[in-house]
Amino acid sequence: MSNEAETLLKVEDLKMHFPIYRGLFQRRVGAVHAVDGISFEVKRGETLGLVGESGCGKSTTGRSILQLYKPTNGKVLFEGVNLVDLTGEDLRKTRRRLQMIFQDPYASLNPRMTVEDIVGEPLLVHGVIPKEEIPERVKHLLELVNLNPAFSSRYPHEFSGGQRQRIGIARAIALQPSFIVCDEPISALDVSIQAQVVNLLEDLQKQFNLTYLFIAHDLSMVRHISKRVAVMYLGVMVELSSRDELYENPLHPYTQALLSAVPIPDPVADAKRKRVLLEGDVPSPVNPPSGCRFRTRCPIADKVCSESRPDFREVKPGHFVACHMVK
Amino acid sequence: MPGFVLDIKGLETQFKTPDGVVHAVNGVSFGLKEGETLGVVGESGCGKSVTMLSALRLIPSPPGKVTAGEAWFAGRDLLKMSNEEIRQVRGAQIGMVFQDPMTSLNPVLTIGRQLEEPLMLHVGMTKSQASDRAAELLSIVGIPNAKDRLKDYPHQYSGGMRQRVMIAMALACSPQVLIADEPTTALDVTIQAQIVELVKRLRDEIGMSIIWITHDLGIVAGLAHRVIVMYGGYIIEEAMINELFANPKHPYTIGLLGSLPRVDGRENSRLISIEGQPPVLYQKPQACPFAPRCKWVMEKCWQANPALETASVDHRVACWVDVATGRPRA
Repeated sequence: MSNEAETLLKVEDLKMHFPIYRGLFQRRVGAVHAVDGISFEVKRGETLGLVGESGCGKSTTGRSILQLYKPTNGKVLFEGVNLVDLTGEDLRKTRRRLQMIFQDPYASLNPRMTVEDIVGEPLLVHGVIPKEEIPERVKHLLELVNLNPAFSSRYPHEFSGGQRQRIGIARAIALQPSFIVCDEPISALDVSIQAQVVNLLEDLQKQFNLTYLFIAHDLSMVRHISKRVAVMYLGVMVELSSRDELYENPLHPYTQALLSAVPIPDPVADAKRKRVLLEGDVPSPVNPPSGCRFRTRCPIADKVCSESRPDFREVKPGHFVACHMVK
Repeated sequence: MPGFVLDIKGLETQFKTPDGVVHAVNGVSFGLKEGETLGVVGESGCGKSVTMLSALRLIPSPPGKVTAGEAWFAGRDLLKMSNEEIRQVRGAQIGMVFQDPMTSLNPVLTIGRQLEEPLMLHVGMTKSQASDRAAELLSIVGIPNAKDRLKDYPHQYSGGMRQRVMIAMALACSPQVLIADEPTTALDVTIQAQIVELVKRLRDEIGMSIIWITHDLGIVAGLAHRVIVMYGGYIIEEAMINELFANPKHPYTIGLLGSLPRVDGRENSRLISIEGQPPVLYQKPQACPFAPRCKWVMEKCWQANPALETASVDHRVACWVDVATGRPRA
């Protein structure tokens, strides 16, 4: 089980289009191409960082993997089983192994439930342990996330944002999953609290051999936590490689611009940097540009970029990029 | 005080809440020099926004109240002006940009109308003069086809463009001071970079003084000349930008810098986290507000709140401990 190269999750040509209906008869007039054909693998025990700006489809990707949305097209193979084909009881049983940590610790916990009910609910729903053992297990889970087990009868409003996020983490690990989608788990938290939560996620990963898909827009934090990093732009994956390779040798012009836009908390290093400033805004995913999605803002776009969509190809071992201009 | 465009002295602000009186700002003093960009850094609830809102008399009252202090601008105390007088200062001589560009624009008025209003109100332009100037302002902040886009409504602009409009609005009357409260927090990094570059360019062209409030030390590093760090309603450290990052003296600043991973960082070391939560102050603290979370905490820290004192040239810190030695400051 501890074989590092083993693939836990494989996503093939995943598409998620949300239809748009208009008019009296609610005719389908188009679709939001939130995710438009992406493929990648996640190895057991690793953290894959998924970065991109708002609206690039990174959260939709996470949710489609967990089958919270039914994908329009493509396969999601978890330990070889295609989750898209599963329904009803089979899906429910498999889902136990895949969990999610949400962005907003204020909205993702039911304010009318106590911490014990919240963290114990997955145990109850899946019937993994007898009902009377649940309070004991919840206390153990709270200890794992460094919360005082005596707080288990309290309600979410009695906790701070960082503590609430810990409750969400305790709930996610309750069923001993192997794969967790962390959807911007720290972006709603204060800077000094972010480090606490990230350290906790890293500790739990070591302890339980967890695999994370870490979705974030904070490239510095992704660099810290991930083993490999994937970059998305307007529903497609533009680059994927090991962490250091991506940050030190980014090939796609979008990745280069994105990295150069991240402020460095060091005035000396920041002054020395070369910035690639992008013009304009991200186009609408309802009607994305032809060919390469990034061409409208790309500083090196050529004729070929508007004619055909670049393949997502491996240019170096383990380094994938979708750009016509990269040789 | 010579050289200070805006000089804030001993500012205190309180809020009445059902749970008691919250002491949001507890005696904050600082000056903004001519042409300088001052970064004000701290986490949510540290009083950084309230300090600036108090100085401009924008605190909703009740529940808020400025209980002490002075805010000197152009030889006059803003806190003692009449409502009519402060209105002449706000927008005209002190421009403001707020965090959320989605809610700070009026959705039922065109962008042009909202840009022209301060020009007609403060500068006394006619409608057609204001309209020309509005188009000019929009193109200054980098919006293409400015003239046509004046007729658009806010929802037709993207987030980054709306923030550009907010900046254009703040600049409309050529203010001496621009106060920017987390202006890029709601924006994506590439758009944030555009806005920061824009502000830098305008600063150099127009030569205004800027107060940039943020929680992001990264932005401050690339933009500010001098930084103030706030915690629990106090200024706990103040230094020139390079000095603060190279040689932080307050345990909170050190923790904050250590908790940030760097995009150019090679090492994958564990992040330094500051345990515990930021305080909500229902009483004016008798001890150092950071003491419960501090690694260097000593007996003295629980007995008295340290004042902001000069530690070295242009570097002030409010701490009993000399973190270099771990012993009390001489």
